[in-house]
Amino acid sequence: MTTAALASYSLTAIYSAMGVYLFAFIAFTLDLAKRSAEAPVAVVAVPVRVGQMSRVGGTAVLEREPAAPATPGRTSNRFERVAFALTILGWLLHVVGTVLRGVAAHRVPWANMFEFSLTASAIIVGVFIAVQAWQNLRFLGAYITGFSLIMLGFGTVGFYVNVMPLPPALQSYWLIIHVFVATLGTAFFAIGAGLSLVQLVQTRREANRFSGLKFLATMPDAEKLETLAYRVIVVGFVFWTFTLMAGAIWAEHAWGRYWGWDTKEVWTFIIWTLYAGYIHARATRGWRGSRSAYLAIVGFAAVMFNFTIVNLFFKGLHAYSGL
Amino acid sequence: MSRPSDHIDSPAPQPRGEIIQPKLGPAGYVRFFWRQLTSMRTALLLLLLLAIAAVPGSLFPQRSSDPNGVTQYFTNNPSAAPIIDNLQLFDVYTSAWFSAIYLLLFISLIGCVIPRTIYHAKALASAPPKTPARLERLAAFSAFEIEAGETDASGAPLTAAAAIESGRAVLRSARYRVKLFDGRGPEGAEFSVSAERGYLRETGNLIFHLSLIGILIAVGIGGGFGYTGQKVLVTGQAFANVRLTFDSFTKGRFFSDGDLQPYRLKLDSFAVKYQESGPGLGQPIDYTADVTTFDASGTAAKAVVKVNEPLRLGGNDIYLLGNGYAPWVTVKNPSGKVVYSEPVPFLPQNANLLSLGIIKIPDGLAAQVGMRAFFYPTAEAGASGELGSVYPDLRNPVLSLVVFRGDLGIDKGLPKSVYVLNTDKMTPLAGPGAADGTSAIRLKPGESAKIPGGLGSITFENKAPASDPGNLEKSVPRFASFDVHRDPTQGWVLLFALTVLAGLLTSLFIPRRRMWIKAVELEGGRLRLEYAGLARGEDPTLDAAVSAIAQRHAKQLGLRLAR
Repeated sequence: MTTAALASYSLTAIYSAMGVYLFAFIAFTLDLAKRSAEAPVAVVAVPVRVGQMSRVGGTAVLEREPAAPATPGRTSNRFERVAFALTILGWLLHVVGTVLRGVAAHRVPWANMFEFSLTASAIIVGVFIAVQAWQNLRFLGAYITGFSLIMLGFGTVGFYVNVMPLPPALQSYWLIIHVFVATLGTAFFAIGAGLSLVQLVQTRREANRFSGLKFLATMPDAEKLETLAYRVIVVGFVFWTFTLMAGAIWAEHAWGRYWGWDTKEVWTFIIWTLYAGYIHARATRGWRGSRSAYLAIVGFAAVMFNFTIVNLFFKGLHAYSGL
Repeated sequence: MSRPSDHIDSPAPQPRGEIIQPKLGPAGYVRFFWRQLTSMRTALLLLLLLAIAAVPGSLFPQRSSDPNGVTQYFTNNPSAAPIIDNLQLFDVYTSAWFSAIYLLLFISLIGCVIPRTIYHAKALASAPPKTPARLERLAAFSAFEIEAGETDASGAPLTAAAAIESGRAVLRSARYRVKLFDGRGPEGAEFSVSAERGYLRETGNLIFHLSLIGILIAVGIGGGFGYTGQKVLVTGQAFANVRLTFDSFTKGRFFSDGDLQPYRLKLDSFAVKYQESGPGLGQPIDYTADVTTFDASGTAAKAVVKVNEPLRLGGNDIYLLGNGYAPWVTVKNPSGKVVYSEPVPFLPQNANLLSLGIIKIPDGLAAQVGMRAFFYPTAEAGASGELGSVYPDLRNPVLSLVVFRGDLGIDKGLPKSVYVLNTDKMTPLAGPGAADGTSAIRLKPGESAKIPGGLGSITFENKAPASDPGNLEKSVPRFASFDVHRDPTQGWVLLFALTVLAGLLTSLFIPRRRMWIKAVELEGGRLRLEYAGLARGEDPTLDAAVSAIAQRHAKQLGLRLAR
């Protein structure tokens, strides 16, 4: 198959993925609406920790009364299941489209803004799907699918470029490592920002004696959300630290210095410092809770600023938008 | 205390109110400010300040990375630029305020890390602390009672001491550091094991922070001893690694000329590949510089320099950073004597390598002559007759020259940029503004033209091989610009960066926790087993860890812990 044919198949798959994501987004939104209806009356959980002893046959059995779950248990509703299934389907199409783009170009599909928005959104959705095995974070589905739709929309409409050969500066294996890890970091920061956002509204709701948005009652409490956000963001921070270092090594190879305060380097540094601040805030008395959540959101806003505004409007050496 | 007092793991502050602050003496104030500086809140504030302070460096052109941008900013905003310059916004990362923030941050860091290192060194050498009297106050706690007369797995009577002995084994196998305690509680004799694990978390944290200090020091020293030189070489030219031969040279504070390694480098050929059709037409695909290096003894060696493949030579790193055309121009006086003949590196202006060059002839002609020249590798006339370049390779090379006569302004001995022609005291002879409407001189390789005013002639030399004079692709020499760097601490920076990463991984993902198992002898020969854990730092899996230990302990004792 020719490059042009592969590239057009890739685009078809991406458009299909966007269609499926749209339906997933609608279903996730309906799920949130449904959650409002099913939101239980606030249950006060009383964990019972002291066990009781009993005897079965000749063996002493240490029995423990089951602790009440910290959050009221709920079974997922139909909309959520449909939405998640659609997300997986959309993601598969998305991955096919992204891989085809790479096959068409005979290289990794993240060498310009268009390709980067394909890959970055695919990884964000991929990480979102993967973390469900660890924690049920499906309440972020509307945020994640909506975010990916916007990213793909900008990518296909605003940044589309034909398959082009790599300029000499990008011909390096560091392109594979540096950009891929940066994207992974972005995905974790995205999920972390979503959790922090929910945490902030949850905190407000808890302060207002559980009035307000009712579907929040089906989500973890603010403290749990904060812990989850922290655990996701530290993973992102490790990836970001690696990105910064790999970028410095590549910069040394390509530009003759490992650090030169190029605009993109500046913003990578700013983001790293903001998240370092976030981690410190979590360890500073008086800064836990909403304050650190704001920092996580500001950090992710800086990531997005770095990807869009800095790439498009700031002058610098990272001029690879392909536009 | 090892950590700043406002660290989340430090004891909560005493409620204020009736406390009357004692009057502080000078030493008291010093201690007070030191405490403030090394507190978590200050560190956090400085971190956020650092992030904000870095922003202007991306908004304004920086002298370090974009000196031309700064010059341009001064031209475009003549009134605002000096004010901005006074605020050091063109040198953000070496400015007083940026330096103040990061130096304070690092002082705060050192003040925080050193006491913690000492404390941690002591903690590493000491046993886990005594078991708290009331374990049920801890976050993760569970307890179970066992009937009198119970036996352990081997059939021996289960005593409190035996239960704790087996608990110790369980904790040991879970890589806890353990210590046994026994004593009397309100309900009876108590035997307990106190355990701690995850010392590597704090070690990693300290390594992370110490490595950051290492990076700062290495960067500072490297900047002092290193140097950077730029050199433009036209194909066939060579340069020796001597300071004066560089076109520009930046050196660190402690650099001396003796630090320059003696070698020579000759650019044999420079090959460029462009996308010849389809999307991305004219986009460069490959730049390859073939060079010959000569060491101090004159031994020659062939080497290749590419964009992502620098040449490491004699402690130097040589990078290929730019390239372009260097049209070879010959100027003769009216009697045919050559007064100027050399390749002139032209600065590329766009992707199709429309290039701008300046030719200055101060001597040898009846007047000083300056030329502002545009070079079009593949010239094509637009609708209005203006020339443009439509492809970066040499398909239809044309040189267009605007000629001036008068004062070049270089007689005073002041250094002037070779890329700028100041025409204030010059009159145009050919091109826009020429008195008699003479148009700019346009030449193809091999062509000559008279300089208006009877000053002489100019030739655009065809440098294609004599055997193949029609080969336009070889008719104009190319130049490559090289950056020569020496940074003696670069390896140290990399090493510290790696330890930063290793420290970060261990400090974030290894849980530090204390764990206790207590066996209490109750009335009537019954036993109560208590399990408790305490997180030191972020530890979301503490509850799970405590119940896992309880499960394993029960199994070890031959008991079943029913859910």
